[in-house]
Amino acid sequence: MSLRSRKAEILLIATAIFTLAACDREERHSRSKPLGETVPSGESPDTIIPGGGPSNPLDPRAAEYDNNSPALAEGQFLYTKMNCVGCHAHGGGGMGPALMDDKWRYGGRIDQIAATIAEGRPNGMPSWRGKLTDDQIWKLAAYVRSLSGQPSKDVVSSRADAMSTGSPQTLTPHQAAKSADTAQQ
Amino acid sequence: MPGKDYASTRFSALNQITPANIGKLGLVFTFSTATTHGYEAPPLVVNGTMYLITPFPNVLYALDLTKPGAPAKWAFKPEPAAASQGVACCGTVNRGAVYSNGKIIFNTLDGQTIAVDANSGQQVWRTQLGNIQKGETITMAPLVADGKVLVGNSGGEMGVRGWLAALDEGSGKLVWKAYHTGPDKDVLIGPRFKPFYAMDQGKDLGVKTWPPEIWKLGGGPTWGWISYDPATRAIYYGTGNPGPWNADQRPGDNKWTTGVFARDVGTGEALWFYQTTPHDVYDHDDINESILADIPWGNGRRPVLLRPARDGFFYVIDRRNGQVLSATPYGYMNGYRGVDLKTGRIIVNPEKVPKQGRVTRDICPAAPGQKDWNPSAFSPVTGLVYIPHINLCMDMSVSQANYISGTPFVGADVKMYGGPGGYRGVVTAWDPIARKAVWEAKETLPLWSPALATGGGLVFYGTLDGWFKALDARTGKLVWQFKAGSGIIGQPISYRGPDERQYIAVVAGVGGWAGGIVDGELDPRDPTAALGFANAVKDLPGKTTPGGMLYVFALPKS
Repeated sequence: MSLRSRKAEILLIATAIFTLAACDREERHSRSKPLGETVPSGESPDTIIPGGGPSNPLDPRAAEYDNNSPALAEGQFLYTKMNCVGCHAHGGGGMGPALMDDKWRYGGRIDQIAATIAEGRPNGMPSWRGKLTDDQIWKLAAYVRSLSGQPSKDVVSSRADAMSTGSPQTLTPHQAAKSADTAQQ
Repeated sequence: MPGKDYASTRFSALNQITPANIGKLGLVFTFSTATTHGYEAPPLVVNGTMYLITPFPNVLYALDLTKPGAPAKWAFKPEPAAASQGVACCGTVNRGAVYSNGKIIFNTLDGQTIAVDANSGQQVWRTQLGNIQKGETITMAPLVADGKVLVGNSGGEMGVRGWLAALDEGSGKLVWKAYHTGPDKDVLIGPRFKPFYAMDQGKDLGVKTWPPEIWKLGGGPTWGWISYDPATRAIYYGTGNPGPWNADQRPGDNKWTTGVFARDVGTGEALWFYQTTPHDVYDHDDINESILADIPWGNGRRPVLLRPARDGFFYVIDRRNGQVLSATPYGYMNGYRGVDLKTGRIIVNPEKVPKQGRVTRDICPAAPGQKDWNPSAFSPVTGLVYIPHINLCMDMSVSQANYISGTPFVGADVKMYGGPGGYRGVVTAWDPIARKAVWEAKETLPLWSPALATGGGLVFYGTLDGWFKALDARTGKLVWQFKAGSGIIGQPISYRGPDERQYIAVVAGVGGWAGGIVDGELDPRDPTAALGFANAVKDLPGKTTPGGMLYVFALPKS
């Protein structure tokens, strides 16, 4: 085997690895396997567990939505269409709290965000259970989580759905996420 | 009452404190309101007691001014629904309480009007008027006139249908309710309705000037100030913005939003209406104060309304018939070119009208206008109106808004920034007859506090970073200032204490639309935060912190 063909082989393998690595990003679940029909009630990462023990494990569906570009894009669409933007702006907040900072009152894990959207919260967050499908709530949660800059930049959308006075998500400076708020814990 | 008198002058005739002796003005006592959100209300002083109404949770405190240190007599806690905080567009503020016949009457964020016995602090009645499930809150101060408590709703950003209601002062029962969109019978338009201009005349304009059914979500709330003329038994007040902000969704004049109503206080019947900004495209609510004055005009005198409006014009309106006598810009503007006094219609600059599919840049004034809710003071001594206002411009893009009850109905991304001149706030001393500014006192930050004028020749106001200032009413020269613990957006007052001395009082506590970046911990990396206001006050979180605190000042005892 010549050196040239070895080089080509390495290049091919590298490309394959890169492509595989990007699979999550582009994966579409047009026929996703049937998972539980409920949105989980994600507990706060800072809570005290009486008697000790581990906190709830991350819901297995999180992987389907986290770091998944189509899910984020659909979540972004829903975020505007369901009027989330009216209260939380494009992450900076207003009537509702900011979503782009590193503070999560009710937990910043995707399953915790999904629970907040589904159940509502007592100081004015509406409950969307029964108004959106669970799949839509997960996608919204994935987008909301992306506002704080946690997924990598190649996953988030580089433009808004309509002309906007703000800047695209890819250009927004972000703080590092707390480990408790990531899916990798 | 919140505007000091029925004419809404915010002028106190007390004259012990003057530009000459104010250097000795010192702090007498303080009181913590136990709140950390925007405090807009004036303290109310009646019979040796001071009453404070806080932002949500709308606690009413009574302080005994006859004792040293003004200890609390009682606190009334109405316990409004916590969820109401989520449908209040621009802070969980309350703009004041009113005293009448032994009762203190105020509104709660979750849409109730409550009367409390001024001596005992016991509830007399409470009436639920607003429905937070539809996005209705109540933030305004009620006015009591002719035995009726006048209350309107907030929620122009939530697709509510605006109204003004009159409750019987004794029982709290509804006497009349006038809507600001829809058929004439709902608006209480009948044979006595005689608008001055042709554009405001016709049948059921509250339906016809909207696309089908859209008037039901059309906004036009009442969250500002009402004035009353006892001689004619007429009330005067303005209506808020039409919804949604995306005006492409509501072609037409959108009656009866963004205009002034005169109504009979007894029946609520409309007497006249003038629409300041037909088909508003910028959120230019017309809820600002209407100061009643009788001024020389031509060869005689005219009973007028003086209105420093959100759209940037200072309107002088004949209050008998709604005729605009003059409309003069009191700050920089490029969104409008003037007001046609023949037709009454504002002249819009078409280049600055936001349209779907583009970002319209450099619109002045911005969405909060040349002046937002914070009222001016009118001194009959100097004849000047002291207008605390802002100098902001904006970029605006609009997109289709979906109506989902209980959620915002806006459809706009806004980004605000300082206007030309390098300042964001200014107090303008305006001569309504000569139609020009006599002096201006510029401020780095936008001004969100109301003004107070006194018989001693002083004008008081506060800044978003907590400076409480006194200016010489004739020259605008700064003669005294005090740094409060939080930004000031509250109404300053002057009162005569039980010891006959003159006191000045104000409650600090940053918040509201302008200060939301601090009390709501908003993130300015998103320029559209707080409907675009956060971008204009990025520096504020470094300059002040939240916290409600009353400050009371007096001259030393001689």
